Amino acid sequence: MNTTADKTSRPDLLALYRRMLLIRRMEERLGDVVQSGELPGPVHLCIGQEAVAVGVCAHLTDADWIASNHRGHGHFLAKGGTPHAMVAEIFGRDTGICRGKGGSMHVADFGRGILGANGIVGGGIGLAAGAALSAQLDGKGRVSVVFFGDGGANQGVVSEVLNIAAIWKLPLLLVCENNGFSEFSPTSTVTAGEIAARAQPFGVPGVTVDGNDVISVWRAAGEAVTRARNGHGPTLIEARTYRWRGHVETERSFLSEKYREDDEIAEWRGRDPIVRLEMQVLEGGTTQAELDAIRAEIADEVERAYAEAMADPPPPDQSAFQHMLA
Amino acid sequence: MAKKRLIQAINEALCEEMERDPRVILFGEDVKISLFGDTKGLAERFGEQRVRNTPIAETAMSGMAVGAAAAGYRVVCHMMFANFLYTGFDAIANQAAKLHYMTAGQIKLPIVYMAVMGAGRSAGAQHSDVPYPMLMNLGGIKVVVPSTPADAKGLLKAAIRDDNPVVFLQPARRGGEQGEVPEGEHVVPLGMADIKRPGTDVTIVAIGAMVRHALRGADILQQENISAEVVDPRTLFPLDVATILASVRRTGRLVVVDEARTTCSAASEIVALAAEQAFDRLAAPPRRVTVADVAIPYAPSLEKAVLPDEHTVVRAVREVVGARR
Ligand SMILES: Cc1ncc(C[n+]2csc(CCOP(=O)(O)OP(=O)(O)O)c2C)c(N)n1
Repeated sequence: MNTTADKTSRPDLLALYRRMLLIRRMEERLGDVVQSGELPGPVHLCIGQEAVAVGVCAHLTDADWIASNHRGHGHFLAKGGTPHAMVAEIFGRDTGICRGKGGSMHVADFGRGILGANGIVGGGIGLAAGAALSAQLDGKGRVSVVFFGDGGANQGVVSEVLNIAAIWKLPLLLVCENNGFSEFSPTSTVTAGEIAARAQPFGVPGVTVDGNDVISVWRAAGEAVTRARNGHGPTLIEARTYRWRGHVETERSFLSEKYREDDEIAEWRGRDPIVRLEMQVLEGGTTQAELDAIRAEIADEVERAYAEAMADPPPPDQSAFQHMLA
Repeated sequence: MAKKRLIQAINEALCEEMERDPRVILFGEDVKISLFGDTKGLAERFGEQRVRNTPIAETAMSGMAVGAAAAGYRVVCHMMFANFLYTGFDAIANQAAKLHYMTAGQIKLPIVYMAVMGAGRSAGAQHSDVPYPMLMNLGGIKVVVPSTPADAKGLLKAAIRDDNPVVFLQPARRGGEQGEVPEGEHVVPLGMADIKRPGTDVTIVAIGAMVRHALRGADILQQENISAEVVDPRTLFPLDVATILASVRRTGRLVVVDEARTTCSAASEIVALAAEQAFDRLAAPPRRVTVADVAIPYAPSLEKAVLPDEHTVVRAVREVVGARR
């Protein structure tokens, strides 16, 4: 395995920045809409975790596969999903990527290798392993990636898939976003040991990275993708990060007590992966004016996606009875 | 046409379809050595890439079938005994049955989950279920149950070519059954029932291993001058409602023989259809001949006590024929 190339090569920081900011602004806007009560269903925002999706997906093309979880908007956008098609889906519109039949937890775009967000915690893991099997049979160097949470890490399918992927040397990345909570339970109260260490007994590399540092994520993912593309099998990456918003946006309406301290949230907000990247980009010679221009572009793109989606029509009722069978 | 055992017919179907389409792959536990004989020789013939032994990991297997199908292969996932579908049920019920719908048809999932099902072998409650009722209720999965070697071959070939997930359930007790099997291209379209024996006085709808009991029962009834028509649905979802109801309308009487437990059995669905859509033609209340709502017991005598056979079929038919509305 040749990892030195990855260690010395540098990502296109502005491209990463753009993608992370797009996700952040899209999610913030969605949070605002929840407040206004206009959203039909539950949404799980990934604000604070953008670096993981973006750092990993920067290595992928449309020919590679990802599977994701209920907190899947960031993965969808990082893999190249269209903002408008995603928002329209979340609003249950006919122009949504799944024509309003999936919703926030099921945004999927097979044309871009997005097997979909998933409402079943751990549900994407088997799917991604199957796509990795296909990729291996195709022999074209494709890889498959699954994103799951620290909560998802406790599903039995993780060990089943680590085992099969190791035995068969599947081109698979298991990317665990450890954001500190399994729903409302602090990770330490429901999760034994280190998640990355769960790879070791299977002979699979398990690495822990700072999930708020997109460059670290990018490096680790680069090595894992290279390994996978070269036929050397799977890698488990545990990215340590934090979710700023609620588990689900409406949680305050049904939770009777707090499950974390404001100080903790404030501390992690101080480790904002986007601010961190901004500083790195500025150090690298990009000017503030250039960054401002990118911000304005993204704000525009987000505005357009929402305006269009909200004006789009709902799907025809008849469509509820279609597509059960091919 | 050559006489073959049902399990050989399945093997032939798998072989021919893998030959015909290089994108057909197969995996499952011990499929190389093949417990039942249905996957025997496939690894030697098609190689260890396309035919793989998996670890015992039903959750992963059923999910990987979905992912591999989504990524372009036609997947045959062998689940061994049908009870193990429960172990791998998440991806079957939550992913395979729903992704086509949830993505508004973006993705097709050509998957065959195959398994051996049913009682009568003293295998105990955890190896003897016929789980098709709950599969029929999913809506996004076709459910196929053959009763003869020829049907087994033709239905499996159709299932592999189908763009939907299909669960193909082979009645365990019928694996050794001999029958004429057409060579080569013999495809039985899914969703088509077959009249296994024409008759005029009563319709017996029988599923899988129950078809033989129904046919033997019909022989006995013939001696009593009762002419029974035996209809084998072959595909339980989607059901061939037209063929079943046309028969019921002709005979005016219906008995359904089903190895499932009574509550929400396939028989329940078929009787409900007759009540809703052929009520005016029914000369007597329809009857379900099913397994009581109990697990399948181990001792041969107990197992025999719970399972339908030709005698329970005959008794039910006599009652239905004797009854007046
Ligand atoms: C099989 C299953 N069990 C439980 C749930 C309910 N649920 C949804 S999200 C969630 C927590 C998941 O935590 P984690 O995997 O860490 O992801 P995070 O929400 O932190 O991103 C739970 C319990 C579910 N959707 N699916």
